[in-house]
Amino acid sequence: MDFQTFLQQLVNGASLGSMYALIAIGYTMVYGVLRLINFAHGDLMMVGAFMTLIISELGLPFEASVLIAIIITALVGILTDKIAYKPLRDAPKISLLITAIGISFFLENLFTVVFGGIPRAFKAPEYLTKIFHLGEVYLPISVIIIPTVTLLVLAIVLWILYKTKYGMAIRALAFDINTVRLMGINADRIIMIVFIIGSSLAAIGGIFYAISYPSIDPLMGIIVGLKAFAAAVLGGIGSVGGAVIGGFILGFTEIFVVASFPELGGYKDAFAFFFLILVLLFKPTGIMGQDLERGRF
Amino acid sequence: MLKVEDLEVKYGVISALRGINLNVKAGSIVTLIGANGAGKTSTLNAIVNSVKKSGKVIFNGNNISKLKTDKIVKSGLCLVPEGRKIFINLTVHENLKMGAFNNSENFDELSHKVYERFPRLKQKINQMGGTLSGGEQQMLAIGRALMGEPRMLMLDEPSLGLAPKIIGEVFEIITELKEDIPILLVEQNAFAALQIADYGYVLENGEISLEDEAKNLLGNDAVRAKYLGG
Ligand SMILES: Nc1ncnc2c1ncn2[C@@H]1O[C@H](COP(=O)(O)OP(=O)(O)O)[C@@H](O)[C@H]1O
Ligand SMILES: [Mg+2]
Repeated sequence: MDFQTFLQQLVNGASLGSMYALIAIGYTMVYGVLRLINFAHGDLMMVGAFMTLIISELGLPFEASVLIAIIITALVGILTDKIAYKPLRDAPKISLLITAIGISFFLENLFTVVFGGIPRAFKAPEYLTKIFHLGEVYLPISVIIIPTVTLLVLAIVLWILYKTKYGMAIRALAFDINTVRLMGINADRIIMIVFIIGSSLAAIGGIFYAISYPSIDPLMGIIVGLKAFAAAVLGGIGSVGGAVIGGFILGFTEIFVVASFPELGGYKDAFAFFFLILVLLFKPTGIMGQDLERGRF
Repeated sequence: MLKVEDLEVKYGVISALRGINLNVKAGSIVTLIGANGAGKTSTLNAIVNSVKKSGKVIFNGNNISKLKTDKIVKSGLCLVPEGRKIFINLTVHENLKMGAFNNSENFDELSHKVYERFPRLKQKINQMGGTLSGGEQQMLAIGRALMGEPRMLMLDEPSLGLAPKIIGEVFEIITELKEDIPILLVEQNAFAALQIADYGYVLENGEISLEDEAKNLLGNDAVRAKYLGG
């Protein structure tokens, strides 16, 4: 691989890794507060991408559509918590997990019924898809924008978690919900904030995905969601920093293995799960995870 | 200040509390003593509604029986739970911030007071809660509770697992607090609790078997035999 190809793959990997990271943050944060692997989370990236397309087809500018789509996705996240998960706060975790899988099927099928299952072309504005060249390397602008926005979003999330009282309460929830309530804190409201953050990030990830691979369908969230989940486990579930590291590792691996061994291209979706198995075998708490029962973000 | 009537708690078919009555007056320390498993923790958890219960709880003239835990705490009735439940993944300072969640505007002044009362916490301000010793954790738990400026405090076995010297320190602080904040003190360490309390209840198998002025309980033969080692 010459240096130019290397550089090219590096930015591609960073861009793909960003999307996994954005989605993995939501998995890890919800796990931190509810001890739930929210299998419906992957579908929220689909909701974000789909709503952006539908709203811009109604004639709104792309930027406005993105904003509204993020808000709608956050609302969907809040609603799943309020309707499906909240009544199960004291129920066994397995009931919660099964419910999450149910929500996932529900969202996939709802969107299939309403919008049809045929993949649709996702039209991003030209300024996002324009190709520019850096020496001999040709790149769409999005591969620069995506990692930049991701790091910015990560900074904001970490700022919330470590500098605001709401973020502290989110971390406190990872320790014990009853003690949080004893502080006079409405724990359900804190959980709602987690769903807002996680769902918005998933929507952003989904929109980035649609910009990079401009075809979307109601089932697009399944495989990407599973990979993001693998990224969260790889990084250490419960840790936001870990989710980002896990996302980037997966993104780079996928891009570089396919670039170096094109004959393995057909297996590209398998790497995430190969990593997942390795992590579960050798370090179940992941790279940054300390103690599964005490996610520390 | 706090009046509890016919409090009952069941865990499935097990009846942990069978209709107890308690009364805590302003300016006093009331203690609830009893052996392990008597139902002391269940009583406190039922008062703040973190377990299912039936019965009536009146706080400051308001019926709080149906309020959610966070609303009860917000109304000024604060519980320092058994085992302290310090947020081990938050620093000492952040633990205090959580205690002052609904009281952020007074944080600086109140945290200053807490650090004055517990100088040992001040040295560990940026240390994780999980790295503190048992005594320090208990002090942090009390300090964290004070950050919400409670009108009444309930303490669940603050002496549990502490060295006698530290127990003395903690109990001294509890005595200092009582002027401003009435206290319901739950203890297995009956002797220490009765010494600082004004009034006491003895809980046995989910029922109040005896209640009296603390000094009378200290002199009571049955209590001496059972809880004070003769
Ligand atoms: N969550 C629970 N589920 C079932 N039984 C419980 C639970 N908590 C307490 N108990 C039972 O209720 C009784 C009273 O417990 P508890 O209130 O913790 O007593 P104490 O604080 O006086 O030691 C005990 O027999 C205990 O085993
Ligand atoms: Mg107890």
